[in-house]
Amino acid sequence: MFYREAGIYKTSYAADQALFRIPLDRIFVISVVLFAALVIPVIGNEYWLGSILIPTLIMAIATIGLNILLGYCGQLSLGTGAFMAAGAFLGYKIATAFPWMPIWAVVILGGLSAALIGVAFGLPSLRIKGFYLAVTTLAAQFFLLWLFQKVPWFVNYSIAGVPTAPPREMFGYLVTGAEATVEARYLFILAFTVVLALIAANLVRGRIGRTWMAIRDMDIAAELIGIKPLPTKLSAFAVSSFYCGVAGVLWSFCYINTVEATAFDIFRSFSVLFMVIIGGLGSILGCFLGAFFIFLLPIFLNSAPGWVGLEVPTELISHLEFMVFGALIVFFLIVEPHGLARLWAITKEKLRLWPFPY
Amino acid sequence: MNFRSVTMTMAAAAVGLFGLTGAAQAEGQFIPNLVYKTGPYAPSGTPTAHGFADYLAMVNHRDGGINGVEIIYEECETGYKTDRGVECYDRVKNQHGGATVINPWSTGITYALIEKATADKIPLLSMGYGRTSAADGRVFPYVFNFPSTYWNQMTAVIKYIAEQEGGYDKLKGQNLGFIYLDHPYGKEPIPTLDILAEKYGFTYDKYPVPPAAMTEQKSIWLQVRRARPAYMIMWGWGAMNSTAINEASNVKYPMEKFIGNWWAAAEPDVIPAGDGAIGYKGATFNGVGTDFKVYEDINALYDAGKGSWNREEIGGVLYSRGMAAAAYVVEAIRTAQAEYGNRVITGEEMRWGMENLDVTDARIEELGMTGLMPPVSITCDNHEGQNPAIKIQQWNGKEWEIKTDWIKADTALTRPLIEQDAEQYAKESSITPRSCS
Amino acid sequence: MLEFWFFIEVVLNGMFAGTMYSLIALGFVLIFKASGVFNFAQGFMVLFAALCFVGFLEMGVPLILALVIAAAIMVAWAFAVERFVLRHLVNQEPIILFMATIGIAFFLEGFGELLWGADVHPLDIGIPDGAWFVGPDGVMMVQQFDVAAAVIAGGLVAVLALFFTYTRIGRALRAVADDHQAALSVGIPLNQIWIIVWAVAGLVALVAGIIWGSRLGVQFSLSILALKALPVLILGGFTSVPGAIVGGLIIGVGEKVAEIYLGPYIGGGIEEWFAYVVAMLFLLYRPQGLFGDKIIERV
Repeated sequence: MFYREAGIYKTSYAADQALFRIPLDRIFVISVVLFAALVIPVIGNEYWLGSILIPTLIMAIATIGLNILLGYCGQLSLGTGAFMAAGAFLGYKIATAFPWMPIWAVVILGGLSAALIGVAFGLPSLRIKGFYLAVTTLAAQFFLLWLFQKVPWFVNYSIAGVPTAPPREMFGYLVTGAEATVEARYLFILAFTVVLALIAANLVRGRIGRTWMAIRDMDIAAELIGIKPLPTKLSAFAVSSFYCGVAGVLWSFCYINTVEATAFDIFRSFSVLFMVIIGGLGSILGCFLGAFFIFLLPIFLNSAPGWVGLEVPTELISHLEFMVFGALIVFFLIVEPHGLARLWAITKEKLRLWPFPY
Repeated sequence: MNFRSVTMTMAAAAVGLFGLTGAAQAEGQFIPNLVYKTGPYAPSGTPTAHGFADYLAMVNHRDGGINGVEIIYEECETGYKTDRGVECYDRVKNQHGGATVINPWSTGITYALIEKATADKIPLLSMGYGRTSAADGRVFPYVFNFPSTYWNQMTAVIKYIAEQEGGYDKLKGQNLGFIYLDHPYGKEPIPTLDILAEKYGFTYDKYPVPPAAMTEQKSIWLQVRRARPAYMIMWGWGAMNSTAINEASNVKYPMEKFIGNWWAAAEPDVIPAGDGAIGYKGATFNGVGTDFKVYEDINALYDAGKGSWNREEIGGVLYSRGMAAAAYVVEAIRTAQAEYGNRVITGEEMRWGMENLDVTDARIEELGMTGLMPPVSITCDNHEGQNPAIKIQQWNGKEWEIKTDWIKADTALTRPLIEQDAEQYAKESSITPRSCS
Repeated sequence: MLEFWFFIEVVLNGMFAGTMYSLIALGFVLIFKASGVFNFAQGFMVLFAALCFVGFLEMGVPLILALVIAAAIMVAWAFAVERFVLRHLVNQEPIILFMATIGIAFFLEGFGELLWGADVHPLDIGIPDGAWFVGPDGVMMVQQFDVAAAVIAGGLVAVLALFFTYTRIGRALRAVADDHQAALSVGIPLNQIWIIVWAVAGLVALVAGIIWGSRLGVQFSLSILALKALPVLILGGFTSVPGAIVGGLIIGVGEKVAEIYLGPYIGGGIEEWFAYVVAMLFLLYRPQGLFGDKIIERV
């Protein structure tokens, strides 16, 4: 009843091929974006904007990146953290070498440099598959982080090796660095997230997305029907690393304020993988749901006993946090291996029938 | 059923999250602590956190707070991860009327918080870690790293080695080894070591230990066996320390020539190596053991059942360090109260208190902590204190023994480096250093 | 001449390190072979098993009894994993099973620390830790501990190989590894087989945990050793027990030689990624690893 698909007629090809074919979907997405852009900065406090929404949106970008690679092209990568680091370090180099460059260009160039590196490390995927590929992407993870820490050029020969993100402005407002207000940083990141998500949603339903999915479903069959594995797999690696790189720049510049290799260690790669799987493989919406869920769950578990007035020692909370987190992951995989995106689909299904289920 | 249970869980989670409340009103002096009691570094993080917590609880228990203002203490678990640390900071900074001072207990988190805390006007105390050049108070008004920094520590360690050898001239032509965690923390003293090597004519080999493989050091110690350095200096952390000590004893490296920095010389580092670790030395700036007058009050706290830990575990190197940090914080609050009145101190007032902190030997005696913490006096431009110094302690198989008196660091050598690095930072971040005269 | 002996020493040490990696890799292989699950939790099982063992030892339980109790816990753990996780995930994609094991790893991390705390526990079960000096003037040093560990690892592999070849259960395991459905159709109970492999992997984890633990102390970092086992695993092939050993030796020797002879020129600390790069280059030549089953793809 609430979610109606019947009675919507398309009279042109354009309407039939629109991103959101159902008006309700379109209205919903637009209102969510408007809400996020106009209302949340006003009602959100510093903690919510700065420590919850900003990191989650950035992680959502990285998750879209990995989802393109894993969910759409079927290539398992554990090197997400390294590609984020590539974006962060090269973004920092670009920002400091060309101080006049607008910050949005820095972010995009950082992403592009990460994409180049991603392509290089995507080459083995032509021969290596499955978990073997996953482990070889760890080579990227460890090698790149070693490189960024070892070569002082990447950090402009800073003695401590942990440079601070340079403050940059956009439309006269500081958007990076600690001096920038949370609202400005939030809106800056939100803009990137929305644009990148739209691009991703369009990429995956276009020709290139379909070739990715063909490779994912069976690469030999895809090759037989004329899809070249080389450009297809490499383009997936490139786009994926671009997203990860952008996320890396934003993470360093707008969230933790320092360009630090340890922020992109192997556990970062794993947490992005979690977000993809829990959110739902092959779903852009799932990336957001997964990012929110995986990022918020530990914080929620960690602070929950405090709200109900329980005095629990910190270490006990943390141990329980790990146990509950692990158990919930398993629980989710058992009840819904297709992720939160699938739950959303079921919800829509129910709303369509409600209140008159068969 | 499945669908319903999942949605119910999520709804519960959502309701819980939106319940996150903002600031509560001030009912006491709020001192949060970013701790790590889980994960790979927990063996070191746990005693530090307990020492910090116990000292504050003791002040509350014995005196009913600082000049009548009760201390509210809360911990936030970071797991030594930078992003969790940033989240913790944002979570605690506005609770209970605002955080007085933040102890990040991690170099990575300190770096991430320097600008944030400065913007929020909350002082950061990174006691013996963090950014060395934050010792320049003109560029870093809100960051304090007394009683000493890594660079000064390195000069003092070299001075100790020179004393052992019989003078700086004996260092000439010697070959040392420097084993360090391949991480900003471990690399921090290298520029100082380079300068010292040039100045005194010794050479040294670098042995980086990658963080992801810190328990596998066979190849490093094979190289050490071949190079036979006169001394080994270690800048390590976590499991790297115990592995290094173990491997050193395996390759029969003379333990009394193996010196760790103050984060590489505590009980969890030497215990796994068993008897092999006997003779291992380490730098420290705090005392160790329970033979201090202040432990009368700590014991009273445990008698009252308000201690935070197991009684038999208190008194270690890191526990004492946690206590020292808490003692400095309390003294800084007292200093601020002397200026602004005996009430709850804000972050900005706390900064004043820390900047005018003068913990003299006499005051330490009053606190019953002589030998447990070094005297410190802070000025506007020097946030490291006037006389950074270390003691060398040695492991005898049962406990750490302090072997030397204070060994003063060569501040004449490091201060220009500190100012140079701070200047570069100020230029990059377009900060105009404040004037301290 | 001295350099030559040093080189031999480096190679020997690499081989010893390699057998230690193999110990961890073995647990991965067992589970992957029988159930196609890439068990990320293996590292945490090593930690958990060692924590249980050392925990009981510290309570004053005699060595043998502590060993038996720890082994029993690992078997019980295998039952729990099968009952609560694997059974519900039959026929899911490998990636989902992989994620589930990461979930298990988180659970085990919290659970282990909850039970036994985060302290470092020294462990000494009487493995000799002296050294032999061989060569002219005793220039080369061989650690007795390494030799003992290598002997234990070798013995373990031999026992597992015999178990797989000559026992009824072993044959059933191999049948399952070859083809799940065919195995089911001849009446091999899949669930039991899973319990058995997880239990065996748990016991291997216990042995690995004890050996690594007596070397490093039983502490959290035992769990990240899994990362060192992964290149060994892909080099040797996910499904081969001897592959884990040979892979371990190659990786161990390769990374030590590289670190000592190449490391100083490019800044050192290259061990961390060198093993992965070696494994990756090797896979480019042979995508299924040294002894892995040939991947045959049909449309």
